[in-house]
Amino acid sequence: MTETPRSGRFVAREGSELRRELLIEPWPELGLVAADGPADPEPELVIDDGVVTRLDGKKAAEFDVIDRFLVAHGLDLEVAAEAMALPDERIARMLVDVDVPREELVRLARGLTPAKLARVVGMLDPVELMMALKKLRARRDPGNQAHVTNLKESPALLAADAAEAARRGFDELETTVGVARYAPLNALALLVGSQTGRPGVMTQCAVEERRNLELAIRGLVTYAETLSVYGTEPVFADGDDTPWSKAFLGSAYASRGVKVRFTSGTGSEALMGHAQGLSMLYLEARCISVVRAAGAQGVQNGSISCVALVLSVPGGTRAILAENVLAAWHDLEVASGNDAIASHSAIRKTAKLMGQFLPGTDFVTSGYSVMPRRDNTFGGGNYDADDLDEWLTLQRDWQVDGGIEPVAEDELLRVRKRAARATQAVFAELGLPVVTDAEVDAATHAHGSPDLPDRDRAADVEAADELLRRGTSALDIALALDRAGFEDVAEAVLGMLRQRVAADYLQTAAVIEPDGLVRSAVNDPNAYLGPGTGYRLQGERWELLQALPHVVDPRTLGSGQDGTPALREEPAAAEHGDDPAEVVIAVGPAFADGLRETINGLTHDDVLAAVTDGIRAAGATARVLRIRRAADVAFIAHDGARLSGSGIALGLQSKGTAVIHRADLEPLDNLELFGMSPLYTLESYRAMGRNAAGYALGQRVGPVPTELDNFARAKLIVRTTLLHAREAAAVIPGAPAVELAQH
Amino acid sequence: MAFDPVTDYPLGSRRPDLVRTPTGRALDEVTLAAAREGALTVADMRATAETLGLQAQVARAAGRTQLAEGLERAAELTEVPDDELLAIYTALRPGRSTAEQLEGWAARLDGLGATRNAAFVREAAGVYADRSLLTRD
Repeated sequence: MTETPRSGRFVAREGSELRRELLIEPWPELGLVAADGPADPEPELVIDDGVVTRLDGKKAAEFDVIDRFLVAHGLDLEVAAEAMALPDERIARMLVDVDVPREELVRLARGLTPAKLARVVGMLDPVELMMALKKLRARRDPGNQAHVTNLKESPALLAADAAEAARRGFDELETTVGVARYAPLNALALLVGSQTGRPGVMTQCAVEERRNLELAIRGLVTYAETLSVYGTEPVFADGDDTPWSKAFLGSAYASRGVKVRFTSGTGSEALMGHAQGLSMLYLEARCISVVRAAGAQGVQNGSISCVALVLSVPGGTRAILAENVLAAWHDLEVASGNDAIASHSAIRKTAKLMGQFLPGTDFVTSGYSVMPRRDNTFGGGNYDADDLDEWLTLQRDWQVDGGIEPVAEDELLRVRKRAARATQAVFAELGLPVVTDAEVDAATHAHGSPDLPDRDRAADVEAADELLRRGTSALDIALALDRAGFEDVAEAVLGMLRQRVAADYLQTAAVIEPDGLVRSAVNDPNAYLGPGTGYRLQGERWELLQALPHVVDPRTLGSGQDGTPALREEPAAAEHGDDPAEVVIAVGPAFADGLRETINGLTHDDVLAAVTDGIRAAGATARVLRIRRAADVAFIAHDGARLSGSGIALGLQSKGTAVIHRADLEPLDNLELFGMSPLYTLESYRAMGRNAAGYALGQRVGPVPTELDNFARAKLIVRTTLLHAREAAAVIPGAPAVELAQH
Repeated sequence: MAFDPVTDYPLGSRRPDLVRTPTGRALDEVTLAAAREGALTVADMRATAETLGLQAQVARAAGRTQLAEGLERAAELTEVPDDELLAIYTALRPGRSTAEQLEGWAARLDGLGATRNAAFVREAAGVYADRSLLTRD
């Protein structure tokens, strides 16, 4: 059997990371359709005598538990008649119109049914969705949430990572457990670490509700986002909840001082097998409506753990952005996903990220992994410790605040060490298994948990149980810190308890400043109304976010001075050569004077020697001229050629770019151009000299083979610019060329 | 001074005079010094029903009706013991309770002065009956 030859390019692409993922055609019956599913109902709301009798294609007797909840607690019938009567296009335009204030849209959303909501956001294209999200975000300033976990559940490492996350500006930190019994220890380490890094950072430990509430009652955590809702009744029931149970739980948490954020996301219903043939976006509109109806202040949404499923269908990325918009439109705080791994492809996942990153959300990710992703026990790590410079650079590139601050290595080591020490001290004070100095040291400097010594895990979980039995609280932790000499951390932990008394952080999109001031959508609302309004990254914050530790001052780059004396110039203007075998080596204004080496680090003296060597070896003579009136390599070479006895010159810019020119050519024409200066060795320059001599002697010349480095420009364009700036600065307008004496 | 839900937020920084711990301690008495003297307990460091009521007013004044209602339910739930809180949550989960059991919890909530929550549980019971979310016995 003969095989049909395949395309090398198709084969190569099949091997890419991207192609590990399956793309599927929509299958609406299974809910595998992003938006506008064929079975999605027409928007409908009929009210008879103040009672909803029809909702999105169903009559009252057919209402499921979600419809019933929305009718009872969600829909604002005062607004509904007005809002539902507005044409879809009209509302869609209002979403992107900078002259329509957020409050007006939020008011209308209160009266819209899920089908209408899905239909309207479904009309927006990606840029319009971003515009809407920017406008509708609840809090003025965008922020970010971190994931802090590790495979060994090392308390010292958890604390160090929490401290780093806090110091980097994350407003909330979320941990979880590999082994459920660890919860109190992990919550403790996170609390101590976070408050060491920056007072006011809120923490949570994602565990089962009873355990979570227990941690909250002891002040070990301050928020929860484990309350999942779903868009169909069977999936809600499979999740072992109803809208009523979840709403009750939300209030129960709030009663114990816990900030509550619900979780929902496209794709979960299809994944759980009961999408009822409805589109992902429509079902998410139902979820978001339930979240607000339940009295939650916010939601973690944006497909979350199902993101890769949603991305398998056409329009998935757009649908996820649309669901974020729905949540913000419902006046909810939005932690907008980007935590679970969306794709193997860096291009694809980052393209998806831009939908939330550019407009900004209350928490751009629902968990940026501050540690390497293999330590992320959420199974997340879409962006992790190793990607941090990328994230910071994106912020700097776009002048966009993605909620993460650059911090110098020494400062982070200091903060990490202090947090690990504080945790060590608390463990000692509370009689928990010892955290050794070796653990503190490893936690300070670690890349990840493999760098940490192993602990006695049996002893740790026993201690965790004991901690719960004893009823150890955040107050005990504050006192332990105080006794161990960490008074400021003790104050910060106590400050978090004090926050519970006033409960200001239960309002929408609340974060806590280091001085204890609570900032939320109430006192810091997003009032974006077009250019010049709303949150703008400028001033001190912009200065901070652009100052990455590895940014260099260009003034310190490429002085090119190596201490050798400059080449001596003849005082008189250079004359036309009379030797027909002469090749002029025409160098730039700064060559071997203001600058001393090429971009590839070759000294100008060596380059000159190599070129001269090549010229002589081929049987020609060399004369070195400095062209003073121009910095452009074409003019340098052409000026040289016009003074050359043979009419041939090799022009050399200080950075190493070279041209072989001939007097009768136009200046911007040439015989050979050598533009890849970063790649040239002395042997390259010798070859250029030989070729120039060949042209001068009228021989047949094969061009010097040139290499290509497609990344040279990206890598070196800054240095090129700086070197060229020095060359240009050395130009003396109108000055004639002068001869140089070689060393 | 009367409470203004629009301008008095955050309570912790704008109206600390309105905020008390469950044992009547003022916010500025919740200090490390007080903790060192053993004058504080973690149970004392939480919002009272009154404070959550004020937060509900703040939410309502900001147009957040459902958040306000959630906070009002939360205010009532401060009086419900921890284990009962979790028991009621469990009872509200699908297929966990009979109508009578839910009515029992509603009555208990009424008894604790948590009338909004009681009504909420009764409302759920009605819907659960229609949607087969009650246990059969």
